[in-house]
Amino acid sequence: MKLTDTVRFARSAATGYPLRTALSVLAMAIGVAAVVVLTALGDGARRYVVGQFSSLGTNLVIVLPGRSGTGGFNPANAITSTPRDLTISDAAALRRAPSVKRLAPLAVGTSEISFGGHVREGMVAGSTSQMLEVRNFTLAQGQFLPDDDWNRGAPVAVIGAKIREEVFGTQEAVGQLARVGDRRVRIVGVLASTGTGLGMNTDELVIVPVALAQALFNSNTLFRILVEARSREAIPAAKNEVLEILKTRHGGEEDVTVITQDAVLATFDRLLGALTLAVGGIAAISLAVAGILVMNVMLVAVAQRTNEIGLLKALGATDRDIRQAFLAEAAMLSTFGALAGYVLGEIGAFLVRQFFPVFPAQPPNWAIFAGIGTALVTGLVFGVMPARRAARLDPVEALMKH
Amino acid sequence: MALIELSGIERVFHLGDSDVHALAGLDLAIEAGDYVAVMGPSGSGKSTLLNLLGLLDRPNSGTYRLEGRDVTTLSASEQARVRSERIGFVFQSFHLVPRLTAAENIALPMMLAGLPPRERDARVAAALRDFGLEHRADHRPDQLSGGQRQRVAIARATIMRPAMLLADEPTGNLDRHTGDEVIHLLEVLNASGVTLIVVTHDPGLGGRARRQLVMEDGHLHHDSSRSANLA
Repeated sequence: MKLTDTVRFARSAATGYPLRTALSVLAMAIGVAAVVVLTALGDGARRYVVGQFSSLGTNLVIVLPGRSGTGGFNPANAITSTPRDLTISDAAALRRAPSVKRLAPLAVGTSEISFGGHVREGMVAGSTSQMLEVRNFTLAQGQFLPDDDWNRGAPVAVIGAKIREEVFGTQEAVGQLARVGDRRVRIVGVLASTGTGLGMNTDELVIVPVALAQALFNSNTLFRILVEARSREAIPAAKNEVLEILKTRHGGEEDVTVITQDAVLATFDRLLGALTLAVGGIAAISLAVAGILVMNVMLVAVAQRTNEIGLLKALGATDRDIRQAFLAEAAMLSTFGALAGYVLGEIGAFLVRQFFPVFPAQPPNWAIFAGIGTALVTGLVFGVMPARRAARLDPVEALMKH
Repeated sequence: MALIELSGIERVFHLGDSDVHALAGLDLAIEAGDYVAVMGPSGSGKSTLLNLLGLLDRPNSGTYRLEGRDVTTLSASEQARVRSERIGFVFQSFHLVPRLTAAENIALPMMLAGLPPRERDARVAAALRDFGLEHRADHRPDQLSGGQRQRVAIARATIMRPAMLLADEPTGNLDRHTGDEVIHLLEVLNASGVTLIVVTHDPGLGGRARRQLVMEDGHLHHDSSRSANLA
């Protein structure tokens, strides 16, 4: 029997029982669509988080006060005093490090901002002029903090888009005198709206000079120091230099934690990549179920067509012909199921993107290949048993069956 | 040389503890072009004989020579090839594939044999003409009358130009008139040289054959050619 004839014969058999064929194609399609949609969601989550992290700034090295406890109990820590706080002078000292391009100290607290009777609670960030570049902020109006002495604390503020809208309404904000806590400050700039980001929502942020923020919160410590390395390659060097300088300044004690954006990104990337893989794996189970369904359907087909198999043998079909015809039919069911499932999955991912535009739900290529491949392989593997059963039927008994 | 030579054929079926000898010590020779009727009561072994002759079944012992060649020792796929090229089957219940048209049913053996499509189309067209089915080519079996169905089945059985035609109660599902037509058709084919072997209950039908074999309990009870020789 020629291959084209085998395929044509299998096709006529598949279309001869439309309900049976449609159901097994549907099962296979749902399996593949599940793989495509779920991996699209998983990979979308990964890309979303990675994108958010990248928008924090590029080549970032972040300095936190205190030693992170991941090293376990260190006897040295037990003897020495509590870790020292980060100060503005610490931040200023880091400017000497050769691998550091720019940096911004960060003091954070909440306070009220009011103007003309409108009062709103907001997060106040104290920083310096380079914050703009370090954090990749964009200004909608006016200018950022002035580049002057970090310890002076000019009475100025830059506000987020939402604060501007809620406190100033339709009025022009830039140039106005507003109250932040117990200080009167002049609004010099408004940040462009960015939507929600990780950790800090810049739309609801009030940025003031770092010294002013410390005066507001009556403290002289920093929450973070954001350091931008000269290049991606300079990140490890910048980290070492920062650690070295702060260790010298803190009496030889390493009482700060330095994390790099790269390391955080890589961790998230790995984590969410594994999540996508796990979700895809779970969806693949439905493919195995669909494979078993194809097997079931083919076993029913063999039982239904026992008579026909006997006839084909009488007409000169070899066992091989019969086996191939049934295998071709199983392959056809799973191929159409896989293709239909792929289209369904892409439509599903498209709908997710339509309804949640910020979420880049796009199935990764490996998942598409793995999904369709698994469907075809399970279809064929589970098709083998029914095909062999068909081929082994005794022609005399098969012909007598009604 | 005879077309079919059976010697010492035994076919035993195991039913529970007991062995049933469907065929026992059967010796038989059938000449090419002959017209043979196999008769006998149910369970006499005539269907087993037909299955054996059609290579659908293997004997437990004995040899079957078809056109001088021992076919009992052939592998399954070699036997399939012999069935494809030398043997045509006509069944009582027609055994047409319900989802295929008359033309596709007739073409089935050629498709299985791997004949090129052009050759197939030519032969199917000729067969439809010869069997008066020109206007039924695209009809499915459920759209055909009983007589038409059996004519499609006979067209299919002869499309590979076999040496012999094995017919198992070919008129069993037909009324008398259509049955006569079908038998006439088979006899015309026999007249053109095809060996015809018909299994039947019907003595009238059996009587039309040149040679009558009567089976009983797996033995050849009566052979008209031998009794003629004895007489």
